[in-house]
Amino acid sequence: MDAWSNVVEIISIVFMAIGAFFIFVGGVGALRMPDFYTRMHAASLTDSAGPIFILIGLILHTDSFLVAIKLFTVLVFILITGPTASNALASAALLAGNKPSLAVKQTTAE
Amino acid sequence: MIFYIVAFALVITMCLALVRAVRGPGLYDRVLAVNMMGTKTVLLLAVIAYIMGRPDYIDLALAYALINFIGVFAVLEFFRTRESQLALTSSTTQSGQEKALDEQGGQS
Amino acid sequence: MIEIFNIFLMAMLVITALAMVSSRHLFITVMLSGIFSLLVAAIFLFLDAADVALTEAAVGAGISTVLFLGALALMDVEETARGERWVRVSSLVVVAVTTIALVYATFDQPLFGDPNAPINLHVAPWYIENVPVHMGIPNIVTGILGSYRGYDTLGEVFVVYTAGIGVLSLLGDPVKNRMNRPVQNHGLRHYLIPRVVGRMLIPFIILFGLYVQFHGEYSPGGGFQAGALIAAAMILFAILEGENRALNVIPMRVLYLMMASGALLYGGVGVATLFMGGNFLEYTVLGSTMVSGQQWGILLIEAGVGLTVTGVLITIFHAFAARSNL
Repeated sequence: MDAWSNVVEIISIVFMAIGAFFIFVGGVGALRMPDFYTRMHAASLTDSAGPIFILIGLILHTDSFLVAIKLFTVLVFILITGPTASNALASAALLAGNKPSLAVKQTTAE
Repeated sequence: MIFYIVAFALVITMCLALVRAVRGPGLYDRVLAVNMMGTKTVLLLAVIAYIMGRPDYIDLALAYALINFIGVFAVLEFFRTRESQLALTSSTTQSGQEKALDEQGGQS
Repeated sequence: MIEIFNIFLMAMLVITALAMVSSRHLFITVMLSGIFSLLVAAIFLFLDAADVALTEAAVGAGISTVLFLGALALMDVEETARGERWVRVSSLVVVAVTTIALVYATFDQPLFGDPNAPINLHVAPWYIENVPVHMGIPNIVTGILGSYRGYDTLGEVFVVYTAGIGVLSLLGDPVKNRMNRPVQNHGLRHYLIPRVVGRMLIPFIILFGLYVQFHGEYSPGGGFQAGALIAAAMILFAILEGENRALNVIPMRVLYLMMASGALLYGGVGVATLFMGGNFLEYTVLGSTMVSGQQWGILLIEAGVGLTVTGVLITIFHAFAARSNL
C-alpha cells in the first residue's frame, strides 16, 4: 500500500512538471511568434494541454474526494471554454480583415 | 516542492503574457494576452490553494474559470458594434441619420 | 518563499499601471485594467484573503471589463485632450508629495503579521474565539461582516443601490431607449460556436452562483460574489442573444423589484428585530437560541445583499447596452 502511494505521488509530480513545461512553452511561443494567428495557436494549444496535466497531477495528489471532484469540474470548464474563446477571437480577427502575414496574394493576372 | 516550481512557471508565463499585452501591435494581441492571463490565473489559484494547505480555495478557481471567457465575448461584441457603427457613419454622405438607419434596417 | 511570488506579482502590477497610464487608446487601457484585476486577485490569495480574492476576480476582471467596454462603445476610443503642461506637472507634484507622506506614515505601523501588534493581541483573538460560540459557523469573515459589523454591510448595500439609481438617472430607462432605436441587432447570434457553448454554460454559472451564495458561511463566498456571478451569467446571455431578447427574458420591472427588495430585506430584518424586542439588527431575537437566531439573520441578510447586487449589475449593463448598437 505504501509503495502504491509512492508511485501515485511520483506520477503526480511528473504530470505537474510536464504541465508546467507546456505552460512555459506556450508563454514563450506567444512572445516570439511573428504573427497574431501563430501566437493564438501557441497560446490556445498550450492553454488546453497545460491545465490537463497540472490538474490531473493535483487530483492524484489529494486525499479528499470532494476536492478531486471540484478540480475535475474546473478542468472540464477550462476545456470547454478555452477553445471556444480562441475560436471566437480568431474568427472575429479574420472577419475584421486581419490577414495572416503569409497569406497568398491573389494576383489579377491569374 | 513541485508546487513552488509550478507556481513559479505560471508567474513567469504571466510576465511573458504581460509583455505581449504591453508591446503587442494592434488590439487583438492584447485580447489574446488577457485570455492567457485568465487561464494562468485559474491554475495559479488552484496551485496556491495547495501551497497554503487549504483546499477550500478551489471554489475561487472554479468561479474564475466560469467568468474568464465572458470578457472575450464582450470584446467581440464591442468590435462587432464598432464595425457596424463605422460602416454606418462612413456610408452616409449627408447628415440624415434616419436614412442611414433605414439602410441598416433593410440590410439586417 | 511566498514573498518572492508577492514581489513578482506586485512588480507586474506596477508595470501594468504604468502601461495603462501611458497608452492613449482607451481600449488598450480597458484590457490592461482587466489584467490588473487578475493580478490583484492573485496577490489577495497569496495574502490569505480568500473572500476578497473571489470578489475581486468576479467583479473586477469579469463585470468591470464588460461595463467599461459597454461605455466605450458609446464614445470615441482615442483620448483626445491632453491638458496643459502646468496642470500636468502640478498634479504630478501633488500626487508625489501625498505618496511620500503616506509611505512615511506606514513606517509607524507594526510589521505585517507581527504577533505582538495590538490587532493580533486584542481584536483578532476575540473574533476567533467568539464566532464559533455566538454563531457556530466556520467562516469567520462572514460572521464579522454579517453580524458584528452588520451596520457597515447595510451601508454597503445602500451604496450599491444608490449606484444603480444613479446610473439609471443619468442614462435613462433602458426600455424607452431601446424602443427609440429602429436598429435591431442580434448580438453574437450569427456566431454559431460561441452561441451554443455559451448557452450551455449559463445554467451552470447560475447554479454555481447560488452555491456560492448559500455556502458563504462555510467557505469563501457570500452575497456580493454570488450577485456578481449571477449577473455575469445574465450579461453573457445578453451578449449572445442580443439586447432585445435579454430585455424580454428578464424585464426591467423585475430588475427594479430585485434591486429594491434586496435593500428592503436587509433593512426589514433590522426593523423586525426591533419589533421582536432586541436592538436594530440584533439577530439573537430571531431564533430560539442565540446560535440559530444569528444563523437565520446572516442567511436573510446575505440573500438581501445577493438580490441587490444582481439587480444593480444587470441594470447598469442594460442602461449602457440599450443605447448602443448591441
